[in-house]
Amino acid sequence: MPDPKAPGALPPLPLATLVAGAAISVASHTQWLPVWVSVALAALLSWRVAIAIRGASLPPRWVLILLTLGTAVGVFLSFRTIMGRDPGVTLLVMLLFLKLLETRAARDVFVVAFLVYFVALANFFYSQSIPIAGLMLFTVIVATTALVGFSAPQRPMAEHLKTAGRMLAQAGPVMLLLFFLFPRVQGPLWGLPQDAYSGVTGLSDTMSPGAISALSLSDAIAFRVRFETATPQRNQLYWRGPVMTDFDGSTWRVGLPQLRREMRVDAYGAPIDYEVTLEPHNRNWMFALEMPTRIPESARLTSDYLPISLTPIRSRIRYEMRSSPQFQARSGANPGDLAAALRLPGGVNPRARALSREWRESLADDSAVVRRAIEFYRGSRFEYTLQPPLLGRNSVDEFLFDAKQGFCEHFASSFVFLMRAAGVPARVVTGYQGGDTNPVDGYMVVRQADAHAWAEVWLESSGWTRVDPTAAAIPVRVELGITAAAPAGVPLLMRSGFNWVKGLRNNWDALTNQWNQWVLGYNPDRQLELLSRLGMKQPSWETMTLALFWSVGGVLLLVALWLLRGIRREDAVQRAWLRFCGKLARAGIARAGTEGPLDYAGRVSQRFPGKEPAVRAITALYVEQRYGPATDAESLGRLRHLVREFAP
Amino acid sequence: MKLDRVLQYSQAYNFYQWAFRRHGPEQGVVFLAQRRVYILPTRHGLTFGVALILMLIGSINYNLSLGYVLTFLLAGLGVVSILHTFRNLVHLYVSAGRVSPVFAGEIARFQIVFENRGSLERSSLDAVCGTARARFDVPAHRHCTVELAIRAEKRGSLPLARVTVETRFPLGLMRAWSYVQPDMRALVYPRPDTAPLPVPDADSETGHVVSLGAGTDDFAGLRPYQASDSPRHVAWKASARSETLLTKFFAGRASSELWFDWDSLPQGMDLEARLSRLTRWVLLAEERGLRYGLKLPEASIPLGDGFPHRERCLKELALFGK
Repeated sequence: MPDPKAPGALPPLPLATLVAGAAISVASHTQWLPVWVSVALAALLSWRVAIAIRGASLPPRWVLILLTLGTAVGVFLSFRTIMGRDPGVTLLVMLLFLKLLETRAARDVFVVAFLVYFVALANFFYSQSIPIAGLMLFTVIVATTALVGFSAPQRPMAEHLKTAGRMLAQAGPVMLLLFFLFPRVQGPLWGLPQDAYSGVTGLSDTMSPGAISALSLSDAIAFRVRFETATPQRNQLYWRGPVMTDFDGSTWRVGLPQLRREMRVDAYGAPIDYEVTLEPHNRNWMFALEMPTRIPESARLTSDYLPISLTPIRSRIRYEMRSSPQFQARSGANPGDLAAALRLPGGVNPRARALSREWRESLADDSAVVRRAIEFYRGSRFEYTLQPPLLGRNSVDEFLFDAKQGFCEHFASSFVFLMRAAGVPARVVTGYQGGDTNPVDGYMVVRQADAHAWAEVWLESSGWTRVDPTAAAIPVRVELGITAAAPAGVPLLMRSGFNWVKGLRNNWDALTNQWNQWVLGYNPDRQLELLSRLGMKQPSWETMTLALFWSVGGVLLLVALWLLRGIRREDAVQRAWLRFCGKLARAGIARAGTEGPLDYAGRVSQRFPGKEPAVRAITALYVEQRYGPATDAESLGRLRHLVREFAP
Repeated sequence: MKLDRVLQYSQAYNFYQWAFRRHGPEQGVVFLAQRRVYILPTRHGLTFGVALILMLIGSINYNLSLGYVLTFLLAGLGVVSILHTFRNLVHLYVSAGRVSPVFAGEIARFQIVFENRGSLERSSLDAVCGTARARFDVPAHRHCTVELAIRAEKRGSLPLARVTVETRFPLGLMRAWSYVQPDMRALVYPRPDTAPLPVPDADSETGHVVSLGAGTDDFAGLRPYQASDSPRHVAWKASARSETLLTKFFAGRASSELWFDWDSLPQGMDLEARLSRLTRWVLLAEERGLRYGLKLPEASIPLGDGFPHRERCLKELALFGK
């Protein structure tokens, strides 16, 4: 008997498979893990492989304990904590690889396999894309194959793979039922660690020069839109985001968000109905076309016409909106609001202030000042660039009169400064402008690169009125989008000239969208919607559990019948014969215990002379198959058929 | 009794019968029907369940849709493995095989035959009886003979105890098992001691003694073959010439005939020691090609030699007083 502590005690091929599964499950973690962890993982893996190849013995326990302690210290030094998501996953991954060096008995094998499943799950913290899902399915297949291998080491690996694949295929229907019917709870169940939502891109609640141009370098998707009514013109596509009122000379900030009851919009013209699928951005705001006239029930409208959710949006959400492109927005204009919309930091930008004073003195009313300012932007030769020069303390002066190069935040910021200096209440609105319709599935995709900033002025005649100084200076930005306005800076795939790449990407985006809508976006709301559509009245967790119970039970019954189908095949001949005997017994002529089939047939034929041919045929078939060399499907079928038809 | 006949179809009742050893040995071919195959999660299976619960909580907490998918896929895998493990054991046919006699203190090898009449391969089954354990596979439409090595402590007849047939295939998360007890017994001869053959007693009926082994070469003639004659004394060449088998007849023959008598053993010897001594003598006598007989208080075996004679004597000794 081999020494159970020797590494050879476990079958080598399943062990190699298990190590491979561990390596695959960790592979995609390396893109965010600290470098030293990735190096340590590679070293541990090489060590394990070397042990296996050379047949050396596994390291003693105290070495592993030291390594584990070292890992914990290293994680603490890297993250300054060992709590939280990233340190937790780092520890998990390291433990998995350390455990590989301690695979002595069957118990360790199970621990490693379960850790592989955990690490596979942890991948989804960072990405739930289709490729990652595929990779993790592969990981599960590999780890399961290894488990099968350990339970029957004498079979060839291909058989293990077949068994594992078959079992996972049979688990598929159970998984689908559980996925759709398991009563969903909206997480989180408890406070999440601080870093749970780090790394999401999106607009921020401050705007300093360069903030939006940095965002424009990302082709990450901000949200997708499906229009119920006709798709509006591109220059109507102003997706309203956070509104900035406070300015300190360089940075714009969002004022205190205020929820007011009496918010109203006077809408004209045809409304636009649409559904937005918003990517998580860890903020409360929900984007809508200007101006939203009907917002989802769960949302609230702030005093600056921004729909917000009551909790930060941490998972993809879907909501329906109605907007009117022609509107008058007169709310949110209390004396306090207007005073805030006029406040300026003192002592900066003297040239801009002088220009405003000149306009104010020469022009009759606010709307004339606004028109004059738009003309100013249209007339000056501004350049639209993603790499604007750095500006000093008098940023507005330098942009307007010296550099004349900037991105939308420079235009919006300087315009609002000019307006406030001229005594016209104004504020900066950030959000997205534009969006591309994917011809594959008809969804409009709005990316971070479409981030934009514009201005809003208060006019007595028309309320809060949108003015886009970027559109005045660089019309192509709004007419054709960011790719046409600043081609050099935008992400490669968004540029024109890569049409075939674009076609591929459109298909991929459409697939991803379906994935997002149906797999990733399947939440308690969607579950209720689906179940109601399937005819379940008032789905509750009780009815769902009941439905789950019966449907999973049904599926398992089918799987069980399928699995046990070959198990009795040998006895089919006997069963047919017994059925035949049963029919005769009910007719009053039972077979005696010691009576052979031929004797019995003779006795039956005497009793029922009319049935003699059938009785003889059945008996002959039975004897031939029961005592003959082999059973063939055709004879068995004939026997069964005859027995079925037989009636004494 | 009638109730019993109904209840035998209940799995729980069946389990109760077996688990508390109320079930006797079964003769003939035993069919492992569904009702006598039981299944429960192993310790690893329970750990797997706990792991799944943790994964589910993680998925809920972080709203991981794919986390749900993975957790539910693994849950499905666990549930499906119940069916696979059950199927790996159920509907096997078990029957008693051979078991050779052994001496007390030796290992008795019980052979059990497992037959798979279905078209599904059965992998990694274990037959367990006490400390004896044997792993085997039964391919489709084949049978497999499994040997369980059980130490025979005492002389007599050693019945095969309840055998647990179990399997954890394919994932090791579930254990399906069944109890069978084929009706088979190993004959356990008494453990021979180390005494030499006795010097035949001058008073004995067998007459005076020459030194052992001498006289067998002292050829005296031929006589017709009798059933109890040793094959090595058959005169093959002479038999070939005549119509019948002939046995060589030796002059010293009387001297090599031994009677092993219970009563001639020392008075103080206890029963088992006597049996051990007699066993030893039977073995030695057979080894040296002597003719010997056995006299026990209740039985007596006439003179003879050869393997069947040895077996007969040993069996008598093994079952003495039982």
